Amino acid sequence: MATLTLRDVKKSFGPTAVLHGVNLDVRDGEMIVIVGASGCGKSTLLRIVAGLETATSGGVIIDGQDVTPLEPADRDVAMVFQNYALYPHMSVFQNMAYGLKIRGMAREEIIRRVDEAAKLLGIGQLLERKPRQLSGGQRQRVAMGRAIVRNPKLFLFDEPLSNLDAKLRVQMRAEIRQLQRRLNVTSLFVTHDQVEAMTLGDRLVVMHAGHAAQIATPMEIWARPADTYVAGFIGSPSMNFLSATLMEGGAAARLDTNGLVLPFADGPRAGAAGRKLTLGIRPEHLQIGTGGLDIHVELVEPLGGESVLHGRLPDGTALTARLPGATYADGPMGVILPLESLHVFDGETGKRLDPRD
Amino acid sequence: MEKKVYFKGIALPYLLLLPQIVVTGLFFFWPAAQAVRQSFLREDAFGLSSQFVGFENFVDVLSDPTWLDSAFRTLIFSASVAVLALGVALFLAVQADKHIRGADTYKTLLIWPYAVAPAIAAVLWLFMFHPNIGIFGRMLNALGVPWDYKLNGNQAMLLIIFAAAWKQVSYNFIFFLAGLQSIPKSVLEAAAIDGARPMRRFWTVVFPLLSPTAFFLLVVNLVYAFFDTFGIIHSLTQGGPGKATETLIYRVYTDGVMNLNFGSSAAQSVILMILVIVLTMVQFRYVERKVHY
Repeated sequence: MATLTLRDVKKSFGPTAVLHGVNLDVRDGEMIVIVGASGCGKSTLLRIVAGLETATSGGVIIDGQDVTPLEPADRDVAMVFQNYALYPHMSVFQNMAYGLKIRGMAREEIIRRVDEAAKLLGIGQLLERKPRQLSGGQRQRVAMGRAIVRNPKLFLFDEPLSNLDAKLRVQMRAEIRQLQRRLNVTSLFVTHDQVEAMTLGDRLVVMHAGHAAQIATPMEIWARPADTYVAGFIGSPSMNFLSATLMEGGAAARLDTNGLVLPFADGPRAGAAGRKLTLGIRPEHLQIGTGGLDIHVELVEPLGGESVLHGRLPDGTALTARLPGATYADGPMGVILPLESLHVFDGETGKRLDPRD
Repeated sequence: MEKKVYFKGIALPYLLLLPQIVVTGLFFFWPAAQAVRQSFLREDAFGLSSQFVGFENFVDVLSDPTWLDSAFRTLIFSASVAVLALGVALFLAVQADKHIRGADTYKTLLIWPYAVAPAIAAVLWLFMFHPNIGIFGRMLNALGVPWDYKLNGNQAMLLIIFAAAWKQVSYNFIFFLAGLQSIPKSVLEAAAIDGARPMRRFWTVVFPLLSPTAFFLLVVNLVYAFFDTFGIIHSLTQGGPGKATETLIYRVYTDGVMNLNFGSSAAQSVILMILVIVLTMVQFRYVERKVHY
């Protein structure tokens, strides 16, 4: 258990910059999920924390100690890999005991710890097996057990659930969360799956092209995304975006597509009239009604209790709506945009525009 | 993954197999059968007639103290070649597996000796270690080391061991490198995070995972040292000085081709044939059972 601080961590592979300076403060016992599309640098960041990659500049501080120059072995962290990375020639027991043995722990203590972890994970009857005799979920548990027995300062998870089937993934996700709470161990969890991110993290780091686009709690990110990238990445289906211009006085925006004027519910925005804006609205916030937008529904995906409608505005812009019930058909339809659910972003930079004070 | 193709009729499949069957039959089964037949016969001094003598040739061979000496010498030679070739190849493969500049060039250069014919390899070593014309041979003598493999049996043995091992390192290197590359990087990273230093990582993770490869290579190397080193020995020492470098396979040649003792030579080849069959069987049985992954 420990705190973790990243100080302006940068990484380049040759001329290619992968991380452009990431800052992060992780509290003791906190579960941080680093989420982003592939290639955004999230795994690299985790590997820098583990010591498997060397940061080009910046520092990694665990529990007040600068570990930047230290080897992985000296950092007292444990990592769960995407492919589990179990030692194929060792039994489950040996896999879990390996790190303890290296540290010169007494045999009785090793046995005690491994048994305890195995019981915690429900793999007590598998200790004599080899990894190849285990199912994906069991291997996953062994990999976690190998991390737990070490009682490290930091847990690192590198997309540990992506090799599991959908059902098992949901189950393991819940188990990891419970385990992390129970052991109260500071954790970093890397994933590309936004549902995993939302459900697991105390806080999320949304990575985009080597930057931490936003660091906040899942609900905060969902409610107040920092820019259009985060807004589009978190939430399913993705947020709809409409281009608009700011009106005189900053109290409303006019949609480019049909000239509809939408007053801001939470207060006026800064900027001159005509400023380019991007308005965001989540599919689940759209409602059926007239006086809003006219869309042509092209595809209806019934999900049981609700349906996802894929439609287009007359100018071709795609619009997705998630509506209750299942009685929808293709064809023309009117939707209205509740003003209190609108997100306002700058049209050029994509940054969130909050009401001016 | 297995693809089975069924042919109608009998003619076509056999036609397709024919070249292989002919080659194997003509160059292996027929001479092997001849050797087996010959091993039960004894020729008269002028080679005009031969008579059936049962297992007498075998009894003679196996009770001949010089043959047993030869066998022991072969054992030393083969074990040394195998250990040396495996050890050096493993070391080089581990180095080549690291991220180093010019890794590809380095790998290519290491694989080259495999393409060199045994006789040429021998000549190469001859030019290096001949006491009069060899660079290192002269250097050793200049330094006061009395080096002459043509007179000193141990030096001769040392020389053919090095030459034979050098030739085999390439082959082992390829297999070890492939073996190393098939070990998932994340497993080594996991070990590093678990606290294992490079040496420990090598002996507790890398080496055990390479052991099936190493075992396979051990058998291949032993077979190589037993049977494929004739060219090197013949070009370098001709089994001498005395009989200091006469291995079993070289003795088959000496007894059969030089001394024209066909019966004894054939019996020796049959013994060697049985040996290689046993080695191959051991390898197949063991390797099938013991492969990780």
